[in-house]
Amino acid sequence: MRLAWREVLLAFRRSPALALLSITTIAFSLYAFGLFGLVAINIKAALRTIEDRVEIRAFVINTAKDEQIQEVMLAARRLPQVASVGYVSPDSAMQRARAELEEFRDVMEGTLLPGSIELRLKEGARDPEVMKQIAGQLQTYGIVDDVMYGREWIEKLYRVRTIAGIAGTGLGFVFALVAVIIIGATIRMAILARTREIEVMRLVGATNGFVRLPYMLDGLLKGMVGGLIAVLLSWSTNRLVSRSFMQTEFFTTEQMLLGVVAGAMIGLLGSWLSVGRHLRRVWQDR
Amino acid sequence: MSGILRLTNVTKDYARSGVALRDVSFEMKKGEFIFLAGHSGSGKSTMLKLLAMSEKPSNGEVRISGFSSTNIKDREIPKLRRRLGIVFQDFRLLPDRTAEANIAFALEVTGASKATIGPKVSRLLTQVGLASKATAFPHELSGGEQQRVAIARALVNDPFVLLADEPTGNLDDKATHAIYLLLREINSSGTAVVMATHDISLIERTGLRFLVLDRGSLMYDGTDVARLRADMRGGGR
Repeated sequence: MRLAWREVLLAFRRSPALALLSITTIAFSLYAFGLFGLVAINIKAALRTIEDRVEIRAFVINTAKDEQIQEVMLAARRLPQVASVGYVSPDSAMQRARAELEEFRDVMEGTLLPGSIELRLKEGARDPEVMKQIAGQLQTYGIVDDVMYGREWIEKLYRVRTIAGIAGTGLGFVFALVAVIIIGATIRMAILARTREIEVMRLVGATNGFVRLPYMLDGLLKGMVGGLIAVLLSWSTNRLVSRSFMQTEFFTTEQMLLGVVAGAMIGLLGSWLSVGRHLRRVWQDR
Repeated sequence: MSGILRLTNVTKDYARSGVALRDVSFEMKKGEFIFLAGHSGSGKSTMLKLLAMSEKPSNGEVRISGFSSTNIKDREIPKLRRRLGIVFQDFRLLPDRTAEANIAFALEVTGASKATIGPKVSRLLTQVGLASKATAFPHELSGGEQQRVAIARALVNDPFVLLADEPTGNLDDKATHAIYLLLREINSSGTAVVMATHDISLIERTGLRFLVLDRGSLMYDGTDVARLRADMRGGGR
């Protein structure tokens, strides 16, 4: 193990430019992936905020009694998809309308708005089908005059969310693949520069594991440092955007750790595969 | 003397370049010194690759130091290599390490203890006549000296057999003779030597056993130098 670490240090001392190039390439590949990740989590956050506003409103007739309203509300609360149920009385509805529509204040004098039961749904249950089904159920009560849930709007939002999800997964896969290819090529280049050492090790009878160890440590270290730099760069970019343009979300600690671990794993895997190619060759014709 | 190396009807057929060795059989005794003679492309290097189990024969069997090409496992190859010493025409030293570091590196990767490495490197450098050049880098050494370092490195595991692939191919006559004498000295202490060369005059001077290969076929196995000239002149491309 000590020899492996010494070889890692020696390789860095002998060709620091190559080592720095590897680290920079890994860092920037993961940074590009990180930026994509930031865009993805912020789009997701924005959609979640919009989704939080999604509600179903069941307008009740003016003659509805309190017990009847309570009965509908209780039934709504029992539905597994429902997060919360509230009641807006005709007076509250009027006050709300006056406050929101100041310029029509006079027109609304004397007008009576219907009371309504408002339902908010749980995350994951806000798709058009579920909403349509709940609206249908509410409609079966005699006191319910009309149910509104912005059907078209919900369907559009749902479509956007589905497209964003598919595009996000697809693009994420492509970005990750590009990062793996670039990092793999960089590591292979670094290993090519050390072909002779591998050859000598094989020549004198070093085991495959022994030959691989220093290169895998090298790849692991470079990947880890590259991953750390990528997280730092992403953090700086996010901070800049947050300060200059708009408030954005950043990765959680777990996601940042995952980025560093992913860098390390790509480094490790890249080295393992690249050394493997050289392990079979001892007696190369030159 | 018992056999430590045996080829039985060995053929090596490469998918791209065709047959490199064709139905070759021979045996080598412990402590023997043999030359592999032949022109470029005659199959000398292929034979050495097969002996080091760097490649496996397409047909036939290579047996060396108790290992057989027919059933050796990949994980056993390092064990075999530790019983062999391998030397190349182009030395294959690590250019950024001194002579002693090149030899020490070979000991380190085979797991030798730190306490044994220093004395062994000194002994090997003395054995190859380079005690005074221990701290020299390869580029500071002549071709002959570099080959001596490579030979010292090949001896780190006290091999049964030393495989030398044209070790004098890049050297002048004087250095060639010196390297040959060094190999003979190593041979006299019990290590068998297989030396590939196309230097006919060197083989003639020694009177030792030689094998002549031509286009992958074994043309002659013996000590009759008259046959050497005839086979070498007749063969080749």
